[in-house]
Amino acid sequence: MFKIAVASGKGGTGKTFVSTNLYQTFIEYGINAVLTDCDAEEPNAASFFKTELIESKQVTQKVPQIDSSKCLFCGKCQDWCAYNAILIIKERGLSRVMEELCHGCGACSVACENGAITEKEMLLGEVINFSDNSGCKIVEGRLKVGVYTPVPVLKRAINSTYADLAIFDSPPGTSCPFIHTVNASDYVILVTEPTPFGLNDLKLSVEILQKMGRPFSVIINRAGLGNRVVHDYLKRENIELIMEIPFDKEIASAYSKGKLAVSGRPLLAAKFSSLARKLTDKIGGIAL
Amino acid sequence: MINELAVISGKGGTGKSSITAAFATISENRVVLADCDVDAANLHIIMEPEIEFTEVYISGEKAKIDHQICKNCGVCQDYCRFDAITFTEGKYSIDEISCDGCKLCERVCPVKAISMEKSDKSRMHSGNFRNGKMVYGRLEPGEENSGKLVAMVRNRCREIAGQEQIDTILIDSPPGIGCAVISSISGVNYVLIVTEPSMSALSDLERTLQLLEGFSLEKGVAINKHDLSPELTERIIDFCNSKGVGIVGKIPFNPEVVEAMINSKSIVEWNPLSNVSKEIVKIWENITK
Repeated sequence: MFKIAVASGKGGTGKTFVSTNLYQTFIEYGINAVLTDCDAEEPNAASFFKTELIESKQVTQKVPQIDSSKCLFCGKCQDWCAYNAILIIKERGLSRVMEELCHGCGACSVACENGAITEKEMLLGEVINFSDNSGCKIVEGRLKVGVYTPVPVLKRAINSTYADLAIFDSPPGTSCPFIHTVNASDYVILVTEPTPFGLNDLKLSVEILQKMGRPFSVIINRAGLGNRVVHDYLKRENIELIMEIPFDKEIASAYSKGKLAVSGRPLLAAKFSSLARKLTDKIGGIAL
Repeated sequence: MINELAVISGKGGTGKSSITAAFATISENRVVLADCDVDAANLHIIMEPEIEFTEVYISGEKAKIDHQICKNCGVCQDYCRFDAITFTEGKYSIDEISCDGCKLCERVCPVKAISMEKSDKSRMHSGNFRNGKMVYGRLEPGEENSGKLVAMVRNRCREIAGQEQIDTILIDSPPGIGCAVISSISGVNYVLIVTEPSMSALSDLERTLQLLEGFSLEKGVAINKHDLSPELTERIIDFCNSKGVGIVGKIPFNPEVVEAMINSKSIVEWNPLSNVSKEIVKIWENITK
């Protein structure tokens, strides 16, 4: 399976726009492909397709529970917890687990010498499979609202992805959710916009990908709306500009209604076909 | 009393930073401005602050195995729940991306071959900008605990506000609904949710309001670029009405916002007479009255 992540440092540059339309282009070519929505905090990709929910699997994490009849309030579990998720006050006979701070590492269970700690499962979110008759398959990671980190949910979504080609719609930013997504990918497309904000966040993403040694190229979305700073930067750094999407109020309006922009727009569809070809040339083993 | 106002969005790219920048330059009184999007901070591009202080932020720790001492017993791998310990070419190593810094491997290693190294590349900057003070965090790419850095930025803002007798703190929040967002809104006086007329933004708005249900905060919604889809704008208004959340303003789409950014100005500085500036001023008066 070849995995392409569509990512960007800045939010709202058009990651989901690119991944949904690129995905549609690949399945129209008859490629066995899956679209995985890794933006578990705000998943949106599935809403662009007329798919049905096939199955949903819960993603859980272990959290400790302390049996106060066995606890001697020695405080070792609290010392071992790297996340400040356990509070022990001996004088008051108090032992409390702050579940929302727990990362489920299991250190407290190993620390406890009195068998007072057992573990239970806590719900973090779900991984949902969608599909339809036309061969469209979507995997969505969906974080439960109020949970601190999307990483376990998006990792599970990535591990539940099976096809010849996978497109990962990455979470925004440059911290752990983004890193985990691109780390699982063979190739990365960075989507940016031609503005100073777009350039600033693009540079941060490029820095990481270069450090990680991941091959990548850049798409400039809403070309014509800003200035040439991103173009100049790409030229100077010798980074491939794989596609430019001009700003078009009509495309923005279709997208806002949850419609795939390539449907019924031959010019845009041709651009995405050309992108798909450039990508398959890089991959090898997949022919359009 | 210090008033803290956070601008959030759920969906990225709806215009949080441009609106926050406008607020920061409308106020006749000086403000303390916090860029809490520590993953991808951008406000400094418009505000061009003069940095006075830079502090190191320790985002966490990563385990490291000393191969001179390691006896290849594999106990660390058995205990690690983050699949961060790999065995390749005859030795155990830590996968830094997966390591969560829990220290359990260090504690269980029978020969003490594992130690923890601090991740100390993240920074917090503070200084002056043209209408007050500004604090922003810069999380080293790939590092964790952005919520803690946000908390540190906010603490510094309160300190500065106290020292300088500034009574307004403006917070530009990160996108999403995770730890950094939660950390950027806890305890504020008002949350402005910036959305845009699209299905994706509507779905993100639903999740954002769900998150806010857990906090008793005063809040309002601003619809940015509302004229790009009058139909979706209506749906968002209906949805907000059904949730009992007020619409505090509708901002039109205007390429001048990008022009202003390119010139390191907020839209109200670049063209105070533009339809966007007038609407933002109205929103500001509305929520600060």
